[in-house]
Amino acid sequence: MPPLARRNLFHDKVRLTVTLTGIVFAVVLIVVELGLFVGFTSTTSGLVDHSGADLWVASKNVPYIEQGVAFSERRLNQVRAIPGVGEAEKYIAHWTQWKRPDGSEESVQIVGFNVDSAMGQPWNLVQGRIEDLKTPDAIILDELYKQKLGVTGVGEVFEIHGRRARVVGFTHGIRSFTTSPYVFTSFKNAQDFVGLREDQTYFLLVKLAPGADLETVRSALGSQVKDVEVLTSHEFSRMTQIYWMFTTGAGVAVLLAAGLGLIVGFVVVAQTIYATTMDHLREFGTLKAMGAANSYVYKVIIQQAAMSAVMGYVLGMAVSAFVVRASQHGGAAILMPWQMAVGMFFLTLAMCVGAALVSINKVTRLDPAIVFKG
Amino acid sequence: MQPAIAVRAVEKTYAEGIAGVPALRGVDLDVHPGELVMLMGPSGSGKTTLLSIMGCILSPTSGSVRIADKEVGNLSEKQLPAIRLEHIGFVFQGFNLFPTLTAGENVELMLDLKGIRGERAKLRSLELLEQVGLAEKYGTFPSDLSGGQKQRVAIARALAGDPQIVLADEPTAALDSQTGRTVMEMMAHLAHERGRAVVIVTHDSRVLSFADRIVRIEDGLIADSSIAKKRPESEVSPELLAPLAMHAGEIHIA
Repeated sequence: MPPLARRNLFHDKVRLTVTLTGIVFAVVLIVVELGLFVGFTSTTSGLVDHSGADLWVASKNVPYIEQGVAFSERRLNQVRAIPGVGEAEKYIAHWTQWKRPDGSEESVQIVGFNVDSAMGQPWNLVQGRIEDLKTPDAIILDELYKQKLGVTGVGEVFEIHGRRARVVGFTHGIRSFTTSPYVFTSFKNAQDFVGLREDQTYFLLVKLAPGADLETVRSALGSQVKDVEVLTSHEFSRMTQIYWMFTTGAGVAVLLAAGLGLIVGFVVVAQTIYATTMDHLREFGTLKAMGAANSYVYKVIIQQAAMSAVMGYVLGMAVSAFVVRASQHGGAAILMPWQMAVGMFFLTLAMCVGAALVSINKVTRLDPAIVFKG
Repeated sequence: MQPAIAVRAVEKTYAEGIAGVPALRGVDLDVHPGELVMLMGPSGSGKTTLLSIMGCILSPTSGSVRIADKEVGNLSEKQLPAIRLEHIGFVFQGFNLFPTLTAGENVELMLDLKGIRGERAKLRSLELLEQVGLAEKYGTFPSDLSGGQKQRVAIARALAGDPQIVLADEPTAALDSQTGRTVMEMMAHLAHERGRAVVIVTHDSRVLSFADRIVRIEDGLIADSSIAKKRPESEVSPELLAPLAMHAGEIHIA
């Protein structure tokens, strides 16, 4: 087959530029909106997902991690006594107030964990060491929030809930879904920062012993430890995500934006592909007059759309990758997991071919007698 | 002799509002192989409608159209492309070449529709362009061809399908008189040397002398059908027509 589709595409450079701009715009719009949704969703459950725990023991009816209710730490020993429990540690995630150097206050979320345990630690540490948190007033926070909290570097001293706090390190990219940054510290310090009694905790993190069955241990914990709820990390992560993304309505807005991005993207692509087909309508009429079956004409149009899709996808993903990279330094994370990148390819292809099908409808009804009209 | 096209009592009414607009009101016409028929008449008389019906592009409202002795007037829109592909070649007033394809590729597109591809198509395309004196223009895009050259490429493309019938709509209208004569010489050769049935719609009185028969249409009816008296002497260089003559009757798709 003569390269009609390719030639049609590359013949008019201005039209090609307009078409690709439309597709690139749609790809970037969809990636950014979906990436924001994925970013927000993973941000809400970041503490749970990075906790390293297999099970979470919480007070009854805790809807999400930030809404823990304190309970007696005596349950820690009960938990440790359950067969299959390899390790169990106390854990705090709770809001409190941070006083900036200028006297103003900011809300922060204190994350307290056993510094000697691998569970509950901050991740992406770029300055300082976890061991540094063993000192009584030590804290680690994320460098994204330096300005918000009035922090400039390690060694600075602040006030949390009326108590002294000294910055000993920084993480990178640990965002909070709310406006309250995470402040990591030892469990003991955290008790002081949130005003929790010494014999209380908000959560217990459980790591299974090697070879232990998750459901068996969970069931044993549920029956033998009273007045607590036992959740797998996956469950608790989902509960937290669903709470923030859907119960609060915050995620609905992001999801709606992502949906709108899809619709707007499709409309833009449909319009550009449709216009490209219309530009060649007379030629398609000639093809039909020459005796080409509709399927032959469709093939040309779909090839044209598919080539546009591939080029638009490559360019769009390049721009998207730049936007995603740039977002790492901002307050809102845009994430693009590989599944999204692969899915985006098929979505772009589907959008372009789908848009071509809209214009094919016009070509199907095209009167070949158009060729006799001057 | 069996007519290549036989039109009987053909009527065509275009829907427009409640009352339709009649374009053809009972036309009978036979065109035989080896005959060049010109359709003439004022604008709106129905000649392009008749050409479209003979070319299986339009279906008649009533009446019979037989192509190669097969009734096509009642075929569906899905069946008509195959008839066009097998039996009919078109030459258009505006050439209707694909601007993004070279002259050779324009011809190859028709061959592709006929299932001929690759090197075989290229050789055949070159051969057809040679027959219209444009072999050296194989890789030239239409935008770099003159009007006459474009029309000759269009003729080569029409011939690529090896049609028994060639239908042309004002093929000389966009050409100067000399180039128009060249094109008409080729059309006449197609009819007289290759035995094709050629039907040409024209307003151009300068080319009437090429016709074997002139059919005048007025108000959707054939007003007059006359046998032409004399064919003109060829003013086209013998070199240009030589290939066409040489290949007379040899246009076959292997």
